[in-house]
Amino acid sequence: MKILVCIKRVPAPGARINVSPDGLAVDSTQLGFAISPHEECALEGAVQLVEQHGGEVTALTIGSGEAEEQLRYAASVGAHAGVLIPIDGSPWDPQRTAKVIIEAVRLLETEGGMFDLVMFGNESADSGGSQVGVRVAHALGRPVVNGIKGIDIGDQSVTLRREIDGGFEVYQLPQPAVIGVKEGLNLPRYPTMKGRLASKKIELRHLVLDAEPGGQALVKLHRPLEVASNTVILGESSESAVAVVDILEELGVL
Amino acid sequence: MLLVVLEHDRGEMAEAAREALTFARPLAAALGVELHAALIGSSDSNLVAEAGRHGAETVHVVRHEILSEYGPEAVGSALAELIDEVDPTAVLACATDRGNETMAFAASCLDMPLVTNCVEVVPGDPWEITRMQWGGSLLEDVTLVSARPLLTCGLHVVASEPVGPVEAAVEEFQPDLDESLARSILRDRVVLTQGVTLPTAQVVCGGGRGVGSADGFAILDELAGELGGVVGCSRAVTNLGWRPHKDQVGQTGTRIAPEVYIASGISGAIQHWVGAMASQHILAINTDREANIVAKADWAVIADLHEVIPAITAEIRRRRRPRPPSPSPNRNQGA
Repeated sequence: MKILVCIKRVPAPGARINVSPDGLAVDSTQLGFAISPHEECALEGAVQLVEQHGGEVTALTIGSGEAEEQLRYAASVGAHAGVLIPIDGSPWDPQRTAKVIIEAVRLLETEGGMFDLVMFGNESADSGGSQVGVRVAHALGRPVVNGIKGIDIGDQSVTLRREIDGGFEVYQLPQPAVIGVKEGLNLPRYPTMKGRLASKKIELRHLVLDAEPGGQALVKLHRPLEVASNTVILGESSESAVAVVDILEELGVL
Repeated sequence: MLLVVLEHDRGEMAEAAREALTFARPLAAALGVELHAALIGSSDSNLVAEAGRHGAETVHVVRHEILSEYGPEAVGSALAELIDEVDPTAVLACATDRGNETMAFAASCLDMPLVTNCVEVVPGDPWEITRMQWGGSLLEDVTLVSARPLLTCGLHVVASEPVGPVEAAVEEFQPDLDESLARSILRDRVVLTQGVTLPTAQVVCGGGRGVGSADGFAILDELAGELGGVVGCSRAVTNLGWRPHKDQVGQTGTRIAPEVYIASGISGAIQHWVGAMASQHILAINTDREANIVAKADWAVIADLHEVIPAITAEIRRRRRPRPPSPSPNRNQGA
């Protein structure tokens, strides 16, 4: 199998995100970076598929030169090749991002053959536009489903599970297909020492591509208003259980 | 008109569809246009009536043989054709899996921008929109230049509210869909849990790293059982393998909106908070008074959850136990 996984470098989830003084970017001075969580699961899923079925995983990202760190991380956990589409300055809008990925897929496939699967995260942890994978699939004429937490490869097809309230939906797409993965597909592995060393030697490819900006343009980032908290402390021991149950009774949930 | 895409499944309107209609009403008023709805793949009169109750003046019923079940490509293409046909001023859905996916597909068919997860929309030239980044822990003001704004509103940004018994007119539309789009139609559903689930529960008992182990969740399961609620957890817990990912509350898990969220041993890191912030009330149980979740909660107990949770369960059971008959005055006589 040949699988392309599109990943994004984002501040590591969990940190408080501050905005730069001009409001145009995240203040990254205090932040560590990682592959966006849904995409890390897509990468792990791709690596597991080629471990079972043979083949090759290529990781692709659009970002500053620093995003090479995430491509090397991808290589350290099993990706065979890495492609960086370098950009300067502000992140791109979803239309521009999709158009460039479409062009990159066409170019990579002209050289090396069709990808059986192109995998995305359901949405990036930061901008969360939830649309690039679908746009890429539509332009390439390939089937797509987002929100995937289960993948089984069949003969010429791929069976996918999407979580819904109380269970899951099953889709079966012909290959080649595009999949938007959600965290929970797997628990991504940590890189081994051997993997880390090997990833340092891998040659990352730079593809210089660009497209016209789309209709959505950033004006500024800001933090939501924090609601003033008036937390009532009910107590400091298990005796507070009485007060807790009084409240649950008042809320009518008993 | 402002066109709202109605999410529905097996004859049921999704709560997200009612939210989208509720979000859309002031926007339609600001635009000075009628509010219409798109019902794709169903002509169920109950769904039409429900759309009317939430403000839709006309419902466009979109039927085609391959639309009897949901599929992103089929529904997205049908939506794009409907948009070409009825020429709406703008189109809105709710930012669920299906909503974002369908709108993204239609946007790609139409080669137009799509602004997802909106919290505030001001029409104009250009449109000025505030949308969520980082699951809502950061907001982004954007301008949108488009002949036809395509938008999704963030889940739980508004609470759904009916407007009363308005009868919606029905207009039928038959799209000209390529049969090949049936390739991504949903094939099957597997039900794992009957009854109350995390997205719909009125009570969620959440546990974090402070629960200490997978087995430690037994006391939360017990309390949730008493309250007719369900157990949720933080991302740390699913990463440790203590609970399945479907139990995760947060940016990469489920966005809950219960009457009360009891958060135990959870620090309240931002990616958890954005999944819990639509809760009506929050009760935190934590040994750390400085924890984020304590600051954001309505009530807090500063103590070890391993002692407090069983005490709450015991107190609920005590109150529910039938009271022993009060001692009869006769028996007390002569005492």
